Amino acid sequence: MEQTQTMCCNCGNQQDERNDKLNELIQKYRDVKGGLIPVLHGVQEIYGYLNEDALKVVSEELAVPMSEIYGVATFYSFFSLEPKGEHVIRVCLGTACYVKGAQQVLDKLSEKLNVEVNKTTEDQKFTLEASRCLGACGLAPVIMIDDDVYGKLTPEMVDEILEKYNK
Amino acid sequence: MEMKTLQELEQIRKETLEKMNARNGNESLTNEKHLLVCRGTGCTSSLSPKIMEELEKQLEKHQLENIRVIKTGCFGLCAKGPIIVVHPEKTFYTQVKPEDVGEIVEQHLLKGEVVQRLLCKDEQAEKYMIEKLDDLPFYKKQKRIVLKNCGFINPEDIDEYLAMDGYKALEKVLTSMSRQQVIEEIKESGLRGRGGGGFPTGLKWEFAAKQENDQKYIICNADEGDPGAFMDRSVLEGDPHVVLEAMAIGGYAIGANKGFIYVRAEYPIAVKRLEVAIEQAKEYGVLGDNILGTGFKFDVEIRLGAGAFVCGEETALMNSIEGKRGMPNPKPPFPAVSGLFGKPTVINNVETFANIPPIINKGASWFSSIGTEKSKGTKVFALGGKIVNTGLIEVPMGTTLREVIYEIGGGIPNGKNFKAVQTGGPSGGCITAEHLDTPIDYDTLTALGSMMGSGGMIVLDEDNCMVDVARFYLDFTKDESCGKCTPCRIGTTRLLEILEKITEGKGTLEDITKLEVLSEQIKAGSLCGLGQTAPNPVLSTLKYFKEEYIAHVVDKKCSSGVCRSLVEYVIDPDLCKGCTLCARKCPVNAISGKVKEPHVIDTEKCIKCGVCFESCKFKAIFRG
Amino acid sequence: MNKLEKVKIMIDGLEIEVEKGTTVLEAAKEVGIHIPTLCYLKNVNEPSSCRACVVEVGPRLIASCTLKAEDGMNIKTNTKKVREARKTVVELILSDHKRECTSCLRNEKCELQSLANNLNIRELRFEGERTRAEIDYSSPAIVRDIEKCILCGRCIATCSNVQTVNAIGFINRGFGTIVGPSFDKPLADSVCINCGQCILACPVGALYEHENINDIWREIENPDKLVVVQTAPAVRVALGEEFGLPIGTRVTGKMVAALRKIGFDKVFDTDFAADLTIMEEGTELIKRLETGENLPLMTSCCPGWVKFVEHNFPNMLENLSTCKSPHEMEGALIKSYFAKRMNVDPKNIVVVSIMPCTAKKFESQREELSNQQMQDVDYVLTTRELAQMIKEAGIDFVNLKDEEFDNPFGEATGAGVIFGATGGVAEAALRTVFELVAGKDLDTVDFNAVRGIEGIKEATIELPNGAVINTAVINGLGNARKVMELIQKGEKNYQFIEVMACPGGCINGGGQPIVDKETRENIDVKIARSKAIYDEDKSLPIRKSHKNPYIKKIYDEFLGEPNSHLSHQLLHTNYVAREKF
Repeated sequence: MEQTQTMCCNCGNQQDERNDKLNELIQKYRDVKGGLIPVLHGVQEIYGYLNEDALKVVSEELAVPMSEIYGVATFYSFFSLEPKGEHVIRVCLGTACYVKGAQQVLDKLSEKLNVEVNKTTEDQKFTLEASRCLGACGLAPVIMIDDDVYGKLTPEMVDEILEKYNK
Repeated sequence: MEMKTLQELEQIRKETLEKMNARNGNESLTNEKHLLVCRGTGCTSSLSPKIMEELEKQLEKHQLENIRVIKTGCFGLCAKGPIIVVHPEKTFYTQVKPEDVGEIVEQHLLKGEVVQRLLCKDEQAEKYMIEKLDDLPFYKKQKRIVLKNCGFINPEDIDEYLAMDGYKALEKVLTSMSRQQVIEEIKESGLRGRGGGGFPTGLKWEFAAKQENDQKYIICNADEGDPGAFMDRSVLEGDPHVVLEAMAIGGYAIGANKGFIYVRAEYPIAVKRLEVAIEQAKEYGVLGDNILGTGFKFDVEIRLGAGAFVCGEETALMNSIEGKRGMPNPKPPFPAVSGLFGKPTVINNVETFANIPPIINKGASWFSSIGTEKSKGTKVFALGGKIVNTGLIEVPMGTTLREVIYEIGGGIPNGKNFKAVQTGGPSGGCITAEHLDTPIDYDTLTALGSMMGSGGMIVLDEDNCMVDVARFYLDFTKDESCGKCTPCRIGTTRLLEILEKITEGKGTLEDITKLEVLSEQIKAGSLCGLGQTAPNPVLSTLKYFKEEYIAHVVDKKCSSGVCRSLVEYVIDPDLCKGCTLCARKCPVNAISGKVKEPHVIDTEKCIKCGVCFESCKFKAIFRG
Repeated sequence: MNKLEKVKIMIDGLEIEVEKGTTVLEAAKEVGIHIPTLCYLKNVNEPSSCRACVVEVGPRLIASCTLKAEDGMNIKTNTKKVREARKTVVELILSDHKRECTSCLRNEKCELQSLANNLNIRELRFEGERTRAEIDYSSPAIVRDIEKCILCGRCIATCSNVQTVNAIGFINRGFGTIVGPSFDKPLADSVCINCGQCILACPVGALYEHENINDIWREIENPDKLVVVQTAPAVRVALGEEFGLPIGTRVTGKMVAALRKIGFDKVFDTDFAADLTIMEEGTELIKRLETGENLPLMTSCCPGWVKFVEHNFPNMLENLSTCKSPHEMEGALIKSYFAKRMNVDPKNIVVVSIMPCTAKKFESQREELSNQQMQDVDYVLTTRELAQMIKEAGIDFVNLKDEEFDNPFGEATGAGVIFGATGGVAEAALRTVFELVAGKDLDTVDFNAVRGIEGIKEATIELPNGAVINTAVINGLGNARKVMELIQKGEKNYQFIEVMACPGGCINGGGQPIVDKETRENIDVKIARSKAIYDEDKSLPIRKSHKNPYIKKIYDEFLGEPNSHLSHQLLHTNYVAREKF
């Protein structure tokens, strides 16, 4: 995903570009009824997570109290208040995947990456998440790494898949 | 582009239909071949985009003319993806890899010979290869109304949708039907909500139509959340215009000019196709300020969900669109009276909407002739779990579970025994072998203690522990509970804790009673549908598999071997041949023994993974 | 909808007719059927989430607090199903509750406790994981104990909808839901303005004042300290409630007696300083009217309001009166004027204020409110804490004989007394400004236009010199925000604005006795207590601040004149802009 690449760069231009994007986003939704959630999606796309300073701007500009924004941000599992790793691994724990051994795949990933579920590896490379049904039940068990779906997995296949991202 | 007139649309339909001759039964009029490549989520993730690329490349290389490669939505048989269907002969290629493309082009397209090894194998007949789509048992018993365009048209081409009578229903209602007539037609059809509750759609529309208000809304609920259900996703990916058309019809019927589609953010392909569809629809003037020149105005906006299952509940969904935490409100007031932003609102789910244009086009009596007495039409089911043909199917209401699971679904893989089928997702329950001949409709499923839900069907075999399945669902609902009302917030937590206790071997008989008592209380006392149905997986497994619960708490046994704390693997020295296979497979070296002598398992070391049990060829390892 | 339209419903076999739009809960109450509630707070919080108020309607259980009565409805409130459901709900809440009732500050005043008792809950069938969190002591005013929170949301509705402070909200979801400030910050780092209305809304002991009772006992025990106490006007009309006296009983004399018995060395009346405030603020108003600068003048007696302006309208800080709030003025004078008179080192004086308010606890710690590195006021106790001390000391409060305040800060006028109710500060100021402008005594005493508990009152008052003062009197910060926004947009133009953060003013402050929800639904506490305030005003011989002989004396002997250099040094302050988030 785009945003993950911009994460590592802290140069000034980057910052400006993001601020511009944020302003554009806010302009777009300023007068849209119920625009908060689309804006939060946008903020997460721009910054990779819901960054506190950006949320302050959102609160001010959309005139939504921060307590409400924070309530929304923590309600939905799609939003993250912490920066995520370069790659986000989502292990589907939907029923179809679960009955076909998704838990074992998740356990294996957690062991392999030495990271707990919903946490990011120390090197900021991977965030491991357990997800609800990804709707690719025909391929169960399934994981998604960024936007790519890997199906019909067994724990043994984990190594090979991770290899691709460890380059 | 300019807005199209009715005549121009008709012209487009005609011309496009001609272009589709290779696919629509008029192959005698064309020498084209159409290669339909599934670009639904399943096949896309197994590299179908790359297959398409490769196809284009090969076609160019061989300078083949009269061949069109068409991107389509899901064919349904996801287990066998990626899928390519060659029209007009309807050759059904399965599990195609990018490197197989050359062979298809050279052998099939150039020489006219079917590539046998890529055909679908008939699982029951073992070796028999099925060449044509229509001959697949998977499709034979299906009746596709909702899915008729999925896997047939290019979802990103409005012309193809138009050619399949697209936007004709909208045209019909706007030019020749009153609002009341539309509602009557839907009422007469007997269509009931496909999202779970099964409320009659026409009645819902009528309530909202009766409200006097300057602003009303139509919402399409595409927050498909039941784990194991993906029909909404497939419709949006394969036939997005049908939803837009239906929403506009609904808007006309109730007097709304604004629609929202609330779709999961986890469905990027569906979102993209919807965006494309809305764009095209506006261009053609079938959405917008003056639809088809009739003065009717209707706009559609996409709103993304953000990962909250409870937002499938209509009041929670509306709160989410309003930018709030997705917590439900008490009903009454119902959305038809006071919904989104306090205005009268109709919420229907994707599959419900997909039924609307066919009903308008073909009439209520056509629709109501399909199905059972109280459940009309078809239902799309997502088959998953321990079943050969995982995928998406559409059958008339009243089809039996046996037909679905064995004839369409191809039965249970690996020679295992059927144990139960879970329907209705976390709100539903399980149905056992003795009820396999039940004709499926809303009422029969409810009577069995399960429910239709959105149509997820998870097949469970002897290796699944029913207590663990209940635990799995409660883990889900506990996680997805919004936390607003007490019974659901704390009650589901307590249910889960008791179930965990049982699966860990610490349960008592009293715990089983507690499960029953608490389940009933949560059902009765919760604020919304999520809580009111959350205990169903517990109650239904208790109803049909109480002996499994008792075995867990009294004998401390889990016969399926899922609950590891309760399992012990033992090698029968009389049966063990000393082949050493299990010892080699054991990941923790817990098995020892000399070659050709009986082996033993060190229970201290054993992690109860069951690999030895699965691998023993002599059935010498026992689980107990 | 026709308001007079009636609907007929059946409740427990009784057929009754109620106005359309009435909830089943209200309808039941009309016929004497008590339906328990927890999350419901009339007109403030109606989420129907706790499910304690469910009733049977047909096959379903429905929450009666939001269910509107409809013709032909047949409701049952006392069936096995209903009782079981309510019991389960309360048991479940208790299973995720701290359950340290005997040592809880809300023991015997807890809605959950009394409901559990009423429902005959003697054992918990369902137990398991409990929500865990450290108690948040960060704020000097309000303590949060999440482990006692039942997630009813009454505090949030009060903070967000009534007060528009928006300091707290729901965080997370499901079983992980908690109530707190954004980014899980401690309350002290939030936009909380310490009004304590959340405490009054809380049905349990999850929110309470940051107690200072033990500090006071320690100071009283210390022989080197002269411990001086002062009491705000609103305390005397509410304290009696803690001892079973009817709401609106004046207990001024008993309160003074009790304070002496507790061991305070001097018992002063903050009303004296209220009179002083009028002298200072009245003079300030006249000056601002003359120069036309920084109008409207906004009152600064209410520390909740002051912090609200600092967070939300930092561009209007100049409009706040520079006067310290009365008890701070009195504290400053105690440690200067009084100390000198008594020949005591001010370092050995401990000033304790008994206030109807939690925000005063925060205020007393503000750096600006000090002199020579000494805080003007050392401790603030709420009315509730005082009651607690009286009980702890074993004083038979109800049978105490009335006693008088000590001088020199014991004498106050009716003007000082009415500071406790909304409109009181404005009225007291007008009484004095009128005569100061006229240069002679006038009969005008009662300014009825600024009385009453409505949230926003406006009055245009013509002064004897012809000048016109457009006044707004506001209580409740939600109302204040509305008015401030209108002013900023230029749609309203005032010269003088009185704001009290709490609905009804200090009489309904966050430190006042907690009146249970049922009583609040039957009696308007605000009206009952403010009546007592105005009764006290009427009963006093002097009702205008500038006529207070001790006020005259302090200016003659010490301060010189209002807004003098010394006044500014001791009695005035400044404000800081604070973050909006």
